[in-house]
Amino acid sequence: MDRYDAIIIGAGHNGLVCAAYLAKNGQRVLVLEAAATAGGLGASREFHPGFRASIAHSVSHFSQAIADDLQLASFGFDPASDPIPTIGLGLDGNHIVIDGTKLLGAGSDDVAAYGRYCKSMHRFADVLKPFWLKTMPRIGSANFADLAAFGNIGLKLRRLGRKDMQEFLRVASLPARDLMDENFENEILKATLSWDGLLGAKMAPRSPNSAVLALLYRLSGEARGAHAIAAGGVNALISSLRGAAEAAGVRLRYNADVARILISESGDGLSATGVELRNGERVEADRVISSADPKTTFVNLVGVQYLDIGFTNRIRRLRCDGYVAKLHLALSELPLFDGLQQPDGRLIIAPDMDAIEFAFDDAKYGESPKNPVMEIVLPSLHDPSVAPDGQHVLSAHVMYVPLKLQGGWTDAARDQMCERTIDIIARYAPRIREQITGQEFLTPADIERQYRVTGGHWHHTEFAVDQMLMMRPTYGAAQYQTPVPGLFLCGAGSHPGGDLVGGAGHNAAQVILG
Amino acid sequence: MNSADPYAGERLKLSPFHPRQRELNIRDAWSAWNGYKFADYYYDAEYEYFCVRNTCGTYDICPMQKYEIRGNDAEAMLNRMVTRDVKKIKVNRVAYCVWCTDEGRMIDDGTIFRLANDRFMLTCGSPCNAWLEKSAFGFDEVQVADITDRLAALSLQGPTSFAVLQAMGLAGTESAKPFDILTLPFHDDTLMVSRTGFTGDLGYELWIKPDLALRLWDELYAAGGDYGIQPYGEAATNMARLEAAFIMPAMEFNEALRTVNFEHDQTPFELNLGWLVDFKKPHFSGRRALLEEKRRGPKYTLTKLDIEGNKPADGSYIYSNRRCTQEVGYVTSAMWSPAVKANIALAMIETKYLQGELWVEIYYEKELRQYSRVVKCTQKQKPFWTPARARATPPPNY
Amino acid sequence: MSHYDAIIIGAGHNGLTNAAYLAKAGLNVVVVEKNEYIGGAAVSRELHEGWTYSSCSYVCSMMRQALHRDLDLGRHGLLLVPYLGTINFGDGDERLFSYHNEEAAHLELKRHSKRDADAMHRFQTDLTRYSQLIRKTLLRTPPDPASFKPRDIKELLYLAKQFWKLGENEIYEYVRFFTMSAAEYLDDYFENDMIKAAMASPGIIGTALGVYSPGSAYILLHHVMGDVDGSIGAWGLARGGMGAISNAIASALQEHGGEIRTNAGVQQILVEGGNAVGVVLANGDEIRARIVVSNLDAKRTFTQVMDKNNLPDGIYEKAKNFKIRGSSGKVNIALSGLPKFTGVPENRYINRGGQAFTGSLATMERAYDCWKRGRWSDDPFIESVIPSAWDPTVAPPGKHWMSNFIQYCPPRLASGPWTPEKRDQFGQTVVDKLEKYSPGFKDLIVHMEVRTPHEIEQEIGLTEGNIFQGELTIDQLLFNRPFPGYAQYRMPVKNLYMCGSSTHPGGGVSSACGANAAREILMDLKRPNTVPEDDFYDE
Repeated sequence: MDRYDAIIIGAGHNGLVCAAYLAKNGQRVLVLEAAATAGGLGASREFHPGFRASIAHSVSHFSQAIADDLQLASFGFDPASDPIPTIGLGLDGNHIVIDGTKLLGAGSDDVAAYGRYCKSMHRFADVLKPFWLKTMPRIGSANFADLAAFGNIGLKLRRLGRKDMQEFLRVASLPARDLMDENFENEILKATLSWDGLLGAKMAPRSPNSAVLALLYRLSGEARGAHAIAAGGVNALISSLRGAAEAAGVRLRYNADVARILISESGDGLSATGVELRNGERVEADRVISSADPKTTFVNLVGVQYLDIGFTNRIRRLRCDGYVAKLHLALSELPLFDGLQQPDGRLIIAPDMDAIEFAFDDAKYGESPKNPVMEIVLPSLHDPSVAPDGQHVLSAHVMYVPLKLQGGWTDAARDQMCERTIDIIARYAPRIREQITGQEFLTPADIERQYRVTGGHWHHTEFAVDQMLMMRPTYGAAQYQTPVPGLFLCGAGSHPGGDLVGGAGHNAAQVILG
Repeated sequence: MNSADPYAGERLKLSPFHPRQRELNIRDAWSAWNGYKFADYYYDAEYEYFCVRNTCGTYDICPMQKYEIRGNDAEAMLNRMVTRDVKKIKVNRVAYCVWCTDEGRMIDDGTIFRLANDRFMLTCGSPCNAWLEKSAFGFDEVQVADITDRLAALSLQGPTSFAVLQAMGLAGTESAKPFDILTLPFHDDTLMVSRTGFTGDLGYELWIKPDLALRLWDELYAAGGDYGIQPYGEAATNMARLEAAFIMPAMEFNEALRTVNFEHDQTPFELNLGWLVDFKKPHFSGRRALLEEKRRGPKYTLTKLDIEGNKPADGSYIYSNRRCTQEVGYVTSAMWSPAVKANIALAMIETKYLQGELWVEIYYEKELRQYSRVVKCTQKQKPFWTPARARATPPPNY
Repeated sequence: MSHYDAIIIGAGHNGLTNAAYLAKAGLNVVVVEKNEYIGGAAVSRELHEGWTYSSCSYVCSMMRQALHRDLDLGRHGLLLVPYLGTINFGDGDERLFSYHNEEAAHLELKRHSKRDADAMHRFQTDLTRYSQLIRKTLLRTPPDPASFKPRDIKELLYLAKQFWKLGENEIYEYVRFFTMSAAEYLDDYFENDMIKAAMASPGIIGTALGVYSPGSAYILLHHVMGDVDGSIGAWGLARGGMGAISNAIASALQEHGGEIRTNAGVQQILVEGGNAVGVVLANGDEIRARIVVSNLDAKRTFTQVMDKNNLPDGIYEKAKNFKIRGSSGKVNIALSGLPKFTGVPENRYINRGGQAFTGSLATMERAYDCWKRGRWSDDPFIESVIPSAWDPTVAPPGKHWMSNFIQYCPPRLASGPWTPEKRDQFGQTVVDKLEKYSPGFKDLIVHMEVRTPHEIEQEIGLTEGNIFQGELTIDQLLFNRPFPGYAQYRMPVKNLYMCGSSTHPGGGVSSACGANAAREILMDLKRPNTVPEDDFYDE
């Protein structure tokens, strides 16, 4: 039987990044993926004959440093692809177009305010920037490196200068709505700009404490929050990561569903020694690295009997309920949106912040939103291979769709939600219904089941202040190590978490390599 | 809720034994335990204490919390919760256990009864529902039920306790060893008898359906009439348990989940209960912290003290010298022991000072005047009261 | 023209406290009040003959005992008495009695959930721990984290040390408490919705957040960190109504030689050469002083009684953006007898406490959803108390007065401005809900006074009717209150100070803001400090 230095559970992008780094440093690495292909939520799959889509449909801040380290360009991924604009759709065809620091479609006051807003937000975001590819220090630790890291945070804040530091400490906890109201007039602009602070979260514009931080977090990425779809789409990123990993000597096995992590016990305590697959096969390794979400990892794969009760409770109480559904449409031709020449960009349908708030209000009681808000992308514009010639794929993140629908998710409930979503798109693209040749609607419950992600939550666990940084997923497991020696985390449930970033996989590899 | 009694919601619950105990509590000396009306003493605390040491007495343990834990994962679940190896508890045996937070701080102590391979009863002094629920999370096949109100229990303690059970005609008690459980027929139902107790002497605990509680009481008192049976309350219990050097919550330890200031809770090692922590068994909650605590040595150690003179040292500070310049600990419980004729105490003392002299400054009152004196303490290794009969099987039939 | 050392604008309890401490230090002070009565929102008023309403605030737990004792308020007529528990009313027939007695409270919780009854011990232990940390900050001036002044650094280190002392685990738990929603925070402790609703309800009182809004757990803490005689979380009633607090402080102030002028609303704060030099009253009178202290909220201070041109750049905008959202209503009712509630025994102890019509978490959240949409809920959260059940001075014998606090009530309606008709409809909604739980309630009503945020603002000048003088969210707490850089009671104009609840530590009848401001003022005036530094006795 083969013996490995490391087994990585899950071939999502973080798992692949971690695997590639370890293999490049001479480790023998096996990646076990339960699905038939790599990529996790970034994996491209056929939803209608000839049409393909992935849950993640754009890349906003995949690390250039990681791309360079792993030479992803030579495997077909270019993170420096031109950013795509974010377009807030207006019913009257008057849209707001945000292209980096350029703003079109808003009044002159808003344009001026947007300049100031970008400047200060970028300054604030820079405070968070150094955290991306760093293991967070441990609070209460007397370790010099940890203390120095905290000192560094303080220093960074101080360097902002008196006024900006004070403002940062105020703004960081603001609800998205207050930040927008303080700066702007145009309702579509406010809704569109707040979108990135809310997407994927159980938060609405009026929710304090985490949204602006999430926004700053995304702005602190190398692309300054701009979204891009590389040539070849998300798929290009996944296949380049797979290519890089395999070139480094990583062995990838598909349809290899890990049933549990093997743990040995001795007088010295526990250690992870390998995994057992659903078919009973056992594979041993010096360490096991899980890119699965924390609940799956600890409760299902490790088993609570190996964990302390308080720790288990902290994992159990992680807030992991997804609120984003996914709509995929197979279209016979390019859809036309009123007032848009080419639907090239991230199209946001959220007429104002109340619309977002009220959609959330339905979902928080377990009801499906009467007027969902959404982000639409046409991946086929960037990767023609996802649809037959001349035909197109529309991909939409639909908010807020509850994981736990009152009465449960039946086919009828799903269909109703799907039709309601299409109806709303049709208000902006009136001919869309005639163009649809196939469709798929995935609720968070579907995503949970199909992608093995607790709660169907993209970020594995809610991106809220108490589950971020050195608290992600929880203390005792926030530095990629876990209470079980030999077991590490490298998924979105770890810092920096969420989105197609690769930070968690990179940081975990650094910790493992020492 | 609109019952005849507008205060029904606020009144204490009555134990199934209450009708008899009310008659015997001629001083109306009641306090409360876990929401039950509970006797502080019935006639005279010292008299009741001497019954426990000289004849026998009954102590109502209905308010004690009882949980049934069953299912294929029951053993694994308990084993991960408590520090002792539950696997080693055989069917029909009882084990004294403690359980801790992740940080190794003691949440509570109690006893685990193994009733079958997949069925246990856990008893403890304070409610434990929330912790049990947390402990059971993640185990597929385990059910936890609070059976406190479904099981009446009476502790029968003292040298003649065995004789009383014999007089009642309970066959099999003669072969029951300490920590054994017997299940005996009783009026078309069952009576569970465990050779357990909280007095350090020969004794049993009797477990029965609430419906049969008074019947059990009546038969016990009929049989015990010639053996000096007498109900005893909280006050006598506290005396007996101190002589046996058993710890008491809110005296020797502060339950970790109810401790506001972390320096105020304890580890099993500090409470001299290191023998209950088994590092060879499967993983348990707090293991890592306790291993570290064992390696480092506990900051405090619960110590048994024999103190000069006869003034009880309740609430006193312990010093390392007669001049009281170095404070090294504090007394948790103290009394004059009528049985061993000694001034005894349990004290938490900083471990590093245990090798040296120990002095205690005792404040006492004489006819409303306050006095203090500094006297020497001697450490005791064994409990103050350890009669051989407590361990003998069969026990002496007085 | 008269000349004073200090003018304090607004005779609310913080203004009076501030003035009392300045007067105690020997300053010549005057408090100017626009109304004909003093007290601001801590007021007792006879609005119907024979009945004395605490027409705004109605219960008290945050009054700093160090100040109570230091100002000798007992001698000045103040008596605070804890009340005996609360009855929580569920959506239907469910009732949860929060008894004062620990054993009884435990048994009652057990009736709803055995697990939760047990978890309550840990919850209260944790709350006590968190409260202890916050309480240490109440009578201290927040440090400016961006400052390099030794005092700020020292104070910041003090706070950091208190925080660090908690240890890794507790710091994380603390962050959770500080940032999560009340409902989600409670999930870690409780399973029963009735219990969760009862525990969560303090998290929405006075705030434009819902039980599911992140940040409401802190509001919860803000409401339970007070105490009566060391029992954290207990609430007290003031004998004679909340005005008794203001009156006692006013009496202390007058004993120290301070002056109070009523019917003296301030038109404008006078600024000359960048210095605040006095005020112009509504009647045109001018009063001058070395310093001016505003007990008005931050928004009112900078956007109503000051000339924008007298303010440094950006301050007007900060004041405009200051979050001071009205979200509460108040209905005071004179009753001809003690109301009886269904499902509640005629237990004379529990019926002397409060009633909380919490319903469920969803009921409270839906009421918040209505507020967001500019209307009030048909099924609002009501917190009631019948002080006359124990206070013989507030209603005629055998008669009662009931204070009803309602969450939520919007400051502006989607349907247009508040009118007396709409106000009365709002009051009717409240009475209808009470009638549901107390058949025959309507027949007991002798007189009723309804206050929406509109009335609260009109009468006592709290912008939008916000009872805290500004939302208690992290962006407006501690060194961010009211604005970053101005949290130390000194305002952007020289010789101008603020002493109201818009400053640290925020809302509640605590007197802490006024006392802290006085300490800073005395420091600037180089006078010996007269204000107690610490108020937490040994816990």
